[in-house]
Amino acid sequence: MPTFFERRQLVTPGDLIAEGAYIAGENTYVEDNKIFASRIGIVEYENKKVNIVALRAFYIPRIEDIVIGTIVEVGFNGWTVDINAPYQAILRASDVLSRPFKPQKDDLSQVLNVGDLIVAKIIAYDRSHDPQLTVGEPGLGKITRGQIVKITPTKIPRVIGRKGSMISMIKQETGCQIILGVNGIILITGKTLEEEELAMMAIRKIDEESHTSGLTDRVTQMLKEEKKNMEENKE
Amino acid sequence: MSQKSEKLIDKKGLRLDGRKPDELRQIKIEVGVLSNADGSAYIELGKNKILAAVFGPRELHPKHLALPDRMVLRCRYHMAPFSVQERKSPAPSRREIELSKVIRESLEPAIFLEYYPRTGIDVFVEVLQADGSTRCASITAASLALADAGIPMKDLVVACSAGKVDGTIVLDLMDTEDKMGEADLPVALMPNFNAVTLLQMDGNLSLEEFENALNLALEGCKKIYTMQKEALKAKYVGVKEEVEE
Repeated sequence: MPTFFERRQLVTPGDLIAEGAYIAGENTYVEDNKIFASRIGIVEYENKKVNIVALRAFYIPRIEDIVIGTIVEVGFNGWTVDINAPYQAILRASDVLSRPFKPQKDDLSQVLNVGDLIVAKIIAYDRSHDPQLTVGEPGLGKITRGQIVKITPTKIPRVIGRKGSMISMIKQETGCQIILGVNGIILITGKTLEEEELAMMAIRKIDEESHTSGLTDRVTQMLKEEKKNMEENKE
Repeated sequence: MSQKSEKLIDKKGLRLDGRKPDELRQIKIEVGVLSNADGSAYIELGKNKILAAVFGPRELHPKHLALPDRMVLRCRYHMAPFSVQERKSPAPSRREIELSKVIRESLEPAIFLEYYPRTGIDVFVEVLQADGSTRCASITAASLALADAGIPMKDLVVACSAGKVDGTIVLDLMDTEDKMGEADLPVALMPNFNAVTLLQMDGNLSLEEFENALNLALEGCKKIYTMQKEALKAKYVGVKEEVEE
């Protein structure tokens, strides 16, 4: 029952990773009792389970996920939302308006128009139906201010860090509020534009260097240096 | 145009560009060269210069083409008007339509099409400069672009051609060899499964010659595969070395 790659090694689609009594995890597939990689990524072993942390991937909706999306179409009884996935999501008007919805009377574009950004939760999705969203919970709804950063969706866990170490560090260093959409879209709201830009810089760095070790320390160091530079420039 | 008297293989057994019969041309591969596409790759195979870009999986337009049980793969092979000596009309020719189909069919077995039903993947292959075996280089680049787009794949696909020129079996034909030679045999391969996904033949070969040419092409595929893999990893290895020192 050998494995052919060490932990944290880079693999490409088609690489044979393990043979025998292992369980195929994310981004892998089994053929003839052998486990192969299906995406470029980094190998991780979790007991007997073999996972590939993908370096290139796209977002696939899952129920209960918090996502950030853009309204692309206002329809008769709802909106079509781009959630950075292969499928477009739908947000029903009855979900947004708390009162009964009358198509003759209500103008949906008054509530949410094309181009508006929303934080939403996926409440329904399967292979044969497009994902459905809700905004009827605290913390969800239209985004009115802040900055948006797009990263590879599989790198969101890296932005969060072990037990939230990375994200809480960035929040603390920059004083920004950060909402992570599992679909790879991140909303940053701070008091000043500089603070927001600082947080954006940190997140872009994580996206680029997600597959390296000692990243939290390097990001902390970069943030501290940048903050020092900014203060010097002010004086 | 070269005369019939001109030899494609000289007395020393070398080809027009000085290669040995079983030698590949210079290859340079880069991945992720375009920022607007979801995935992209660029390949230089001798004088060939080819760009491949991938979009998707995304909602398929027109919608009636979508399939309820799997993704739809669409390919467009296109030669730029300046890619050959005489200007080529930019409109898709009969040959380009055929190559689009052939490239699509050689990539399809490598993709898990059933994962994301009702969506579509678009592959665009743009030949900037052509010098023989463009379909092979295109397949190599397109499969890299697919992997770069994060599309789940069974294996990468590599392609390489072999053929018969002046009675000799040669690897990786260039334009003049393709036109003046006796036969051309492009082969695409999924190297980890030893599965051939494309096999065409233009010209005449005896059974023995065919076997030799096929084996030579498969060897060529395997050589290109190592370069292809390295190119895909290059971006990440570079960053890792830079920051970890």
